[in-house]
Amino acid sequence: MTTFDLNFAADHFALFGIAPTQGIDAADLESRFRDIQAQVHPDKHADGTDSAQRLSMQWATRVNEAYQTLKSPLPRARYLLHLRGHDAQIESNTAMPMEFLMAQMELREAVAEAKVGADETALDQLRDQLLAEIKSEYVRLQRLIDTDKDYPAATALVRQLMFQEKLRQEIDDALDAVFS
Amino acid sequence: MALLQIAEPGQSAAPHEHRLAVGIDLGTTNSLVASVRSGMSVVLSDERGRSLLPSVVRYAADGAVEVGYAAQAHQASDPRNTIVSVKRFMGRGRRDIAHVEMLPYDFVDTEGMVKLRTAQGIKSPVEVSTEILKALRVRAEAALGGELTGVVITVPAYFDDSQRQATKDAGKLAGLNVLRLLNEPTAAAIAYGLDNGAEGIYAVFDLGGGTFDISILKLSKGVFEVLATGGDSALGGDDFDHRVFCWIIEQAGLKPLSPQDARLLQGQAREAKEYLSQHGEAPITVKLGSNEYVDLTLTIDTFAEITRTLVQKTLVPTRKAMRDAGLAVNEIKGVVMVGGSTRMPQIQHAVGEFFKQEPLNNLDPDKVVALGAAIQANLLAGNRAAGDDWLLLDVIPLSLGLETMGGLVEKVIPRNSTIPISRAQEFTTYKDGQTAMVVHVVQGERELVSDCRSLARFELRGIPPMVAGAARIRVTYQVDADGLLSVTAREQTTGHEARIEVKPSYGLSDDEIAAMLKDSFSHASDDAFRRALREAQVEGQRLIEAVQSALKEDADLLSTLERAHVETCVLRLQTASMGDDRRAIDRAMDALNSGTNEFAARRMNKSVSKALSGKRIDQVEMG
Repeated sequence: MTTFDLNFAADHFALFGIAPTQGIDAADLESRFRDIQAQVHPDKHADGTDSAQRLSMQWATRVNEAYQTLKSPLPRARYLLHLRGHDAQIESNTAMPMEFLMAQMELREAVAEAKVGADETALDQLRDQLLAEIKSEYVRLQRLIDTDKDYPAATALVRQLMFQEKLRQEIDDALDAVFS
Repeated sequence: MALLQIAEPGQSAAPHEHRLAVGIDLGTTNSLVASVRSGMSVVLSDERGRSLLPSVVRYAADGAVEVGYAAQAHQASDPRNTIVSVKRFMGRGRRDIAHVEMLPYDFVDTEGMVKLRTAQGIKSPVEVSTEILKALRVRAEAALGGELTGVVITVPAYFDDSQRQATKDAGKLAGLNVLRLLNEPTAAAIAYGLDNGAEGIYAVFDLGGGTFDISILKLSKGVFEVLATGGDSALGGDDFDHRVFCWIIEQAGLKPLSPQDARLLQGQAREAKEYLSQHGEAPITVKLGSNEYVDLTLTIDTFAEITRTLVQKTLVPTRKAMRDAGLAVNEIKGVVMVGGSTRMPQIQHAVGEFFKQEPLNNLDPDKVVALGAAIQANLLAGNRAAGDDWLLLDVIPLSLGLETMGGLVEKVIPRNSTIPISRAQEFTTYKDGQTAMVVHVVQGERELVSDCRSLARFELRGIPPMVAGAARIRVTYQVDADGLLSVTAREQTTGHEARIEVKPSYGLSDDEIAAMLKDSFSHASDDAFRRALREAQVEGQRLIEAVQSALKEDADLLSTLERAHVETCVLRLQTASMGDDRRAIDRAMDALNSGTNEFAARRMNKSVSKALSGKRIDQVEMG
């Protein structure tokens, strides 16, 4: 049996006992998350002492936070780069490529237009288009981090993706508005 | 008073004793209580064999408080003092309530939660709900033959923090040990999932009397994981009744109605709606107190027509929850129907059409929530049996945020985050020498503070004067396993700590609850004393059992000396529990609690390590 010292202060990857890489085995991570939650969740300690209940809530919170961060590619990359000393927020004044900005502005205008016209089909199409772009950028991001170890380039790409994910959120909100 | 059993130190007291725990579905229209008996979850009936308790409370002029059918019998004759659908008022201000002008109550104009003036004085929705919970408690204790150890109370998944807090307060006021607030669709999923050995992704469509929830869950290897939830906490069967009610008034050309006639017609509207679940048309014939006659026939087509927009309203959150979960309808394995209002044919039809499959109706939609809650209560109370190692992972339904400059909302915890969860955000001062800062806590999805629900507003004082932008104020949101929020704020740069914990403004403060509890015992102060003592004794016994069972499993985590210390604390608590000095019991409990802190931490570390013991552990190298 492998034993190792897991502790509350460990980084998110160490907490789950997985290597700190952008590429992860999502099913494996999920199963680790569930195995730990099965031990620490407050429901498992509802009849325990006050200390056990308090610790259980702290642990379950900690494990949820770690899992939320690692399961999606964007927060995972941000966190990983942060561990490597590259913070996307700190460098937020760095300009993005003009080409990217132009393309984003066009997309934004199209979304705004579809939103005004409550055009569900157009919004769906824009969403699909954006999702396809985002997906291929995540492949590039993983290469930049895991293979090339080009963290400044990866950090720049993370900022772009934050921009794109925000737009995706706006499209979702516009779709909600169409229906309600 | 029952004597407590005292075991020898180090030995577990009656380890297999079954603790009495129940699940309560505190519904808008009806409430139920269920419990696990001989491994089966069953709904507990009243002495006449009725499983439902109408969620109706009457404050009669003679001082009697009637609950359930007895109260319901008076709803047309005494509408002002007979409170129905009180769940709609929980944690709500007057402005939040739909059709408030058509309700027969005497609302009191107050800040915060709405209050009602009755023949027995001013009552808050929390107090009204407390009466319903007390009636269920009496029923459960009679059926199970003993005092309840703990209860799980269900709430609509889409209930916000104020509504949840109000529900938990009602439980406390009813003298119940609330082990957990459980989301109604999640409770239904437990009952359905365990019953059918379901695996895969399921939707739970829960349309009750006053609330609508949609939850998307992943059921896999004993884990119930809520992926997304959505809903409308002011949409339910009552709204369908109201449409029929308005249709009757319009068709019959009635003049403004007296409160009695309004209640009468509301009842007729509901009966017609229910009749239409089995028939093609419903007759509505009634003589009003005003001597006007109503003689109408409501066809199923007309009913569908006048309620079309309500049906559409359920599909908006459904679509949103599906998108939040990132799923397409063909990935949904089954749609579990919950709540009496899902009996309406137009709902069945709309849900079937949306999910492109026949909804699952093999469970009683009125009972499934209580049955699931009972299973959860049984587990939380510590009655674990083989196969009871399933796990529930639920989410918060609405984003939590705070107000920033310009009345905008900064989201701190996004909706559909798995609970418990905590997030911290840092803020700074915008003026030189600023020593105080207002933290305004809001819940909702909109960008403007004015479009979200305000949960609490508090001032953080004592920030050391510094130049603008130099102070670092860290605001931490913590949501517990009940979905309840607490907020703390502290200034970090100077090490000076100004810290405050808030409870949402619509909840009752602990002092208010204490005052109400005292009030309810004011006729028998001896009772209050004995009750407090007994509660301390029960709590002490619970703690002793918890420590002893921990010692049994993990004594090797303690040195001989440490173990001796813990056992001494146990012995002291046992001794104190035999006496009638409540404060001595409290002190002994505090000592045992703090004496086992380190032990609990080691046990938790051990179990986390054990969780991954079978897994491959990658070499962790940090660059």
